Amino acid sequence: MKNTLSSSLQVRLSLQRAAFSLAVDVQLPNQGVTALFGASGSGKTTLLRCIAGLDSTPEGFIGLNEEVWQNGKRTLPAYKRPIGYVFQEANLFPHLTAQDNLAFAMKRAGPDSEVITYDDVVELLNIKGILSQYPHQLSGGERQRVAMARALLIQPKLLLMDEPLSALDEGLKQDILPYLETLCQRAQIPILYVSHSLDEVIRLADHILVLEQGRVVEQGDTASLLGQLGTSFSKHQDASVVISGVVTQQTPEWGLSWLAFGEDDLNQQTIAFTQGKEQRGDTVSLRIQSRDVSLSLSEQENSSILNRLAGVVDEIETDLSDSSRVMVRLLVAQTPILARITALSAHRLSLKKGQNVIVQIKSAALLR
Amino acid sequence: MSLSAEDMDAIWLTLKLASLVTVLLIIVSTPIAWWLARTRSWLKGPVNAIVAMPLVLPPTVLGFYLLIFLGPQGAMGQFLLSLGLSPLPFSFEGLVVASMLYSLPFVVQPIQNAFAAMGSRPLEAAATLRASPWDAFLHVALPLAKPGYLSAAVLGFAHTVGEFGVVLMIGGNIPNETRVISVQIYDHVEALEYGQAHTLSLLMMVFAFTILALLYSVQKRHNTTTSSSWL
Repeated sequence: MKNTLSSSLQVRLSLQRAAFSLAVDVQLPNQGVTALFGASGSGKTTLLRCIAGLDSTPEGFIGLNEEVWQNGKRTLPAYKRPIGYVFQEANLFPHLTAQDNLAFAMKRAGPDSEVITYDDVVELLNIKGILSQYPHQLSGGERQRVAMARALLIQPKLLLMDEPLSALDEGLKQDILPYLETLCQRAQIPILYVSHSLDEVIRLADHILVLEQGRVVEQGDTASLLGQLGTSFSKHQDASVVISGVVTQQTPEWGLSWLAFGEDDLNQQTIAFTQGKEQRGDTVSLRIQSRDVSLSLSEQENSSILNRLAGVVDEIETDLSDSSRVMVRLLVAQTPILARITALSAHRLSLKKGQNVIVQIKSAALLR
Repeated sequence: MSLSAEDMDAIWLTLKLASLVTVLLIIVSTPIAWWLARTRSWLKGPVNAIVAMPLVLPPTVLGFYLLIFLGPQGAMGQFLLSLGLSPLPFSFEGLVVASMLYSLPFVVQPIQNAFAAMGSRPLEAAATLRASPWDAFLHVALPLAKPGYLSAAVLGFAHTVGEFGVVLMIGGNIPNETRVISVQIYDHVEALEYGQAHTLSLLMMVFAFTILALLYSVQKRHNTTTSSSWL
């Protein structure tokens, strides 16, 4: 796929309000899922609303591919922008049934492009059985699924999602996340996904843009950003890395699959994880939480931990807010893995850059 | 207890007046209510106050100024005369204009409240679904404001039926032209025809009770089915 300068989403905005300012100048990939990540009040929703045209800034530039949506003061009104928008709360029209909410979008969909058909949307989000209901008859999760279907049926060139799960309780979130994952994988259009949940970002995003007080502080593809120290992710209590590779072996009798990862064929490592729906030969991603990683200087044969990989210490970061812990960045088959260990252990092992260690990984969770 | 031909004329005239005023007021009030519900202009306060003034002013004050403004010496009267038309006071048309001003707050406020209650979210959703502002107004805002329109129509109609002071000031007492039910009752009492006054008054009481009871029961149903479920 081409990704030249003109074929992307370009956003340059500055906004000054009483207690808040936004100053952003980014070029976002026009494929995959880009997460706008940050604490509440960091400006991520405002940025999304400006891109949609629901809010406006006195100055700036917004363009998708060759189309210009804002240039200086001149802005294209929201209803003329080829976007789909999923709100925090479903925001369905309460006077229309779910079916008529979808029809509202289909009637006004862009004529030139069909991103997804009605049948595909209904199947993808599994809403066939609830289409005759009014929004107030639906559960929060069902409403949000209908809202996603509606946003897709406008046949957008860019899908904007503003924390679509934040209004749902934890159980519903877990119900709806698989739908979101399928949607994100199957959609042929770029998606901007606003979230303050590290979990959602790790599961959904290909790229991440971190906002802090209206400024972009970090930006990059998910795997490499998560594998770095000194970022807001490495300071997060759920700091994790994502490693991708091929499933090389499965032992159904033990319920385990084995993933091979690494820079090249000669220097590969394998890691065991709880078996899911994946098949041998599939390319999958695993999430490894830094708190599930421990280090030792020598191989411990009689350990309950299956995954014991040879690695090299690359960098050590002390946690300013918690002096009892340090974060260690390791390279295993040239792939970064983070380990959060106590400062005391780091001292006793006298860890330093370049040192060979055994990386013990207690568990790795299948992402996709 | 029976209704005379004059009583019947008064009833018909009242219904004609109230229906016409209600229809015209719904049309006039919609843009005013829309603007008041959505503007952030400093003019909102003063305009709200002007719309609400008939609620607190004695009808005679309103009638007095209208009489002067619309009369042959007034600005509007002069203008109509220059067009070869007759001035409005003491005519059915004059009564329509006066009643519209008098009942304005009863129509604007329920519609304004309905527009304000729905907030900007449904309109934002409509905008992200390629609905132009006019499209969104017709297919989202209007249907959502339906309960407000219902209240507005009922209150505007009922309030116009019940007006007296303004009619007397600007309409006088002309059969089939300006003699509405309330004036007819006044005439009966003046002539000591208490029996006929009773009949008409009782009719008005029943009308007022019925229409308000209907309104409140409908509003209650709407509250439990639509507004609380808004998400």
